[in-house]
Amino acid sequence: MIARRRLMLLAPLAVAAAGGAAFWAMLTRMQDGKFDPHDIGNPMLGKHIPDFDLPGVAPSQGFSSKELIAAAQTQPILLNFFASWCIPCASEAGTLDELQKLGGVPIWGIAYKDAPEKSAKFLDQYGNPYARIGADMSGDVFINFGLYGVPENFVINRKGIIAWHIAGPLSDDLVEQQMMPAIAKAKA
Amino acid sequence: MIPELGNFALALACALAFAQAVIGIWGAHRRDVRLMAATPGLAVGQLLALAASAGALVWASVSNDFSVINVAENSAIAKPLLYKISGTWGNHEGSILLWGLILGICGGLVSVFGRNLPSALRARVLGVLGGTSAGFLLFCLTTSNPFFRDFPPPVDGRGMNPLLQDPGLAFHPPILYMGYVGFAVPFAFAVAALLEGRIDAAWGRWVRPWALVSWCFLTCGIALGSWWAYYELGWGGYWFWDPVENASLMPWLTGTALVHSSIVVEKRESLKIWTVLLAIGTFSLSLSGTFLVRSGILNSVHAFANDPARGVFILALLGLVIGGSLLLFALRAPLLRSGGIFAPVSREGALVLNNILLCSICAVVIAGTMTPPFADLLFGQKISVGAPYFNLTVLPLAIPVFIAMAVGPLLPWKRGRLWPLVEHAWWAALIAALVGGVCAFGMKLLPALAFGAAAWLIIGSFAEVFERTLLFRAPVANSVRRARGLPVAVLGAAIAHAGMGVTVAGIAGTSLDSNKIVEAKVGDSFSVGGYQWILLGLDDAPGPNYRARVASIEVLKDGRPLAMMKPERRMFTLQQQTTSDVAIRTNLFRDLYAVLGDERDGKAVLRLHVNPLAPWIWLGALIMAAGGALSLADRRLRVGAPSRAPKAALPA
Repeated sequence: MIARRRLMLLAPLAVAAAGGAAFWAMLTRMQDGKFDPHDIGNPMLGKHIPDFDLPGVAPSQGFSSKELIAAAQTQPILLNFFASWCIPCASEAGTLDELQKLGGVPIWGIAYKDAPEKSAKFLDQYGNPYARIGADMSGDVFINFGLYGVPENFVINRKGIIAWHIAGPLSDDLVEQQMMPAIAKAKA
Repeated sequence: MIPELGNFALALACALAFAQAVIGIWGAHRRDVRLMAATPGLAVGQLLALAASAGALVWASVSNDFSVINVAENSAIAKPLLYKISGTWGNHEGSILLWGLILGICGGLVSVFGRNLPSALRARVLGVLGGTSAGFLLFCLTTSNPFFRDFPPPVDGRGMNPLLQDPGLAFHPPILYMGYVGFAVPFAFAVAALLEGRIDAAWGRWVRPWALVSWCFLTCGIALGSWWAYYELGWGGYWFWDPVENASLMPWLTGTALVHSSIVVEKRESLKIWTVLLAIGTFSLSLSGTFLVRSGILNSVHAFANDPARGVFILALLGLVIGGSLLLFALRAPLLRSGGIFAPVSREGALVLNNILLCSICAVVIAGTMTPPFADLLFGQKISVGAPYFNLTVLPLAIPVFIAMAVGPLLPWKRGRLWPLVEHAWWAALIAALVGGVCAFGMKLLPALAFGAAAWLIIGSFAEVFERTLLFRAPVANSVRRARGLPVAVLGAAIAHAGMGVTVAGIAGTSLDSNKIVEAKVGDSFSVGGYQWILLGLDDAPGPNYRARVASIEVLKDGRPLAMMKPERRMFTLQQQTTSDVAIRTNLFRDLYAVLGDERDGKAVLRLHVNPLAPWIWLGALIMAAGGALSLADRRLRVGAPSRAPKAALPA
């Protein structure tokens, strides 16, 4: 009885010690760059894109995963998830526009849970940088891609594999420092 | 010169704190009267040195001394005076200094008000406070020194994060820290009691006011933070279950439990070991919460400069403070003997239930907050835990708390029966059911339930007051006479519990908000929540250290003009950052809430909300804190009351 009582009184210390050890491990790994709690990541990174077939948003044509892979064989493609109701999506529109004008990488878009006429209005207002646009009304493709929110951006390489990913809007800095090097690598 | 003096004062305070720790604990151990008598002086000296140090930093900031790195990085000539002062604690280094200063204030107050404490207990309490303080001051001196200089100094500073340039946030850290750090005193009492190996009612009477003061500050601090999120971030929400918010909620939950369990120690000399553990746990959670956030382990919208090297120091310090006290607990807690026994249905029983539920909620919040980094560490999985988890798990635990809160105080000590509760509180239950029932028409189940719970809390909390004053059952004069004799603590508890009800009503009301994101050009009109909103103009306006874009929105109700709202978007040129200044018009029963977003081609993105009962969320928190403060005024609980002859001072 007394032994059990002692054991119970030791429990808080044991819990605190276990927590402390775990935090210690996290801190040391953070210093080595092996542990980054701020990286949201994507479960699909490095994997083959999931199958889908989406209707289009006028005036663009919809597309399927097969068409996307076929197009990616000539050069890597930037796949951008957006929605007309998403404010950060509007803020990255300028960056996407510029990318399209430079012509370095074709941009394909997927409108997430968005009525096609609303997407069309959004594109009217903020410009349409997309070669093809699919309407993911049900949000199934969004889930299969393991998205966290909109916007998110993926680079699809020659083999139809997700070579690079970022959760959140693209900026000029991000394009220059991260995306372009990733595309160059995907081409090689 | 002044910053060097500040640095010197900081080092002096650290040395004094170290001496306070050694002399206090060693002196009490040796029963050396002279050593024990020296500790209060050391504590006051430490406080003065810290005040001088903090004063020096404020001086450096106000006089625009940009050779001090901390000032150069966080201040600028154009910054308004209020923020030059508040900016000193708005950054990592300064906030650690503030933390130390408040800990110093706690030690000073214990020295001044603790003259009646047994001298050994006082020496030990001050010793523990000194030891904790020495650790954090050393941390401040070595890894987070706000007084370091750099030559040549820049012409102007870099300015502070514009989001922090806000009166609400200027006072948020000091108030929150008073709460966090205040729990160091119950912690020190708990460790001192473990060192002494005994606890009596006088101990409970000492711990309770400290726990209560800290709890009041923490309540206000959390409310202020949430209010800031509501009006400054412009997302329309007030609580995001963000790790930093959770970090403040955890000690609040265990602190609430501590406030209640210390009543049992005081009145019934029971639950001693549990109360000691709660006191240690609450301060441990305060420490881990604030410091783990800074180490960068928890992913949060609140950005602090993350530096893993600092994290290692902090972790070692936490290990020493928390691990040391829990080790002491494991070794010495068996010595604490419990006195009173009680039946499950009794005031004690209700308080135990309260403790179990509050700690369960705390455990659930900890689990949700810690799962992402632990899952990442152990399984390499990226998981995010958000509002749906917390709402789903916290709510079922909160409902029994609400039910018990109103009727618990009606139960007698030692042994009670459930039937009298029904007799005394049936009318409150009836009103609550009526409110819930009426609400159930026209709204979803959950808000209706919440409104019922709020009514139950607000009305039921006063059941004990009505009971004691025989209101409506005795002549009015009789009731008034009885009300005069009512212990202030009873009234305080009723008010604090009712405050929770007000907050619950606010949360329920806000969940029924209507909002719309629209794109508007001047002249456009929208209908949101039964109001008509017309965008009248978009103009430029200058500010002290920003440029503003102001939208003028007229709000009409049934065609009559009601309010002119002017939400702003502020561009801070120095930091290249944009903030939104939300326009809020409240009549205490609903908030009109307008945010100005980006503009493009003459069209502006507007976000328009109508938030019913939103102000009640923070009003309720204020009422809770006011109830706690009122309870402090109870003469039975006066801080200096316990005398050196504990037997004579025991309450009847």
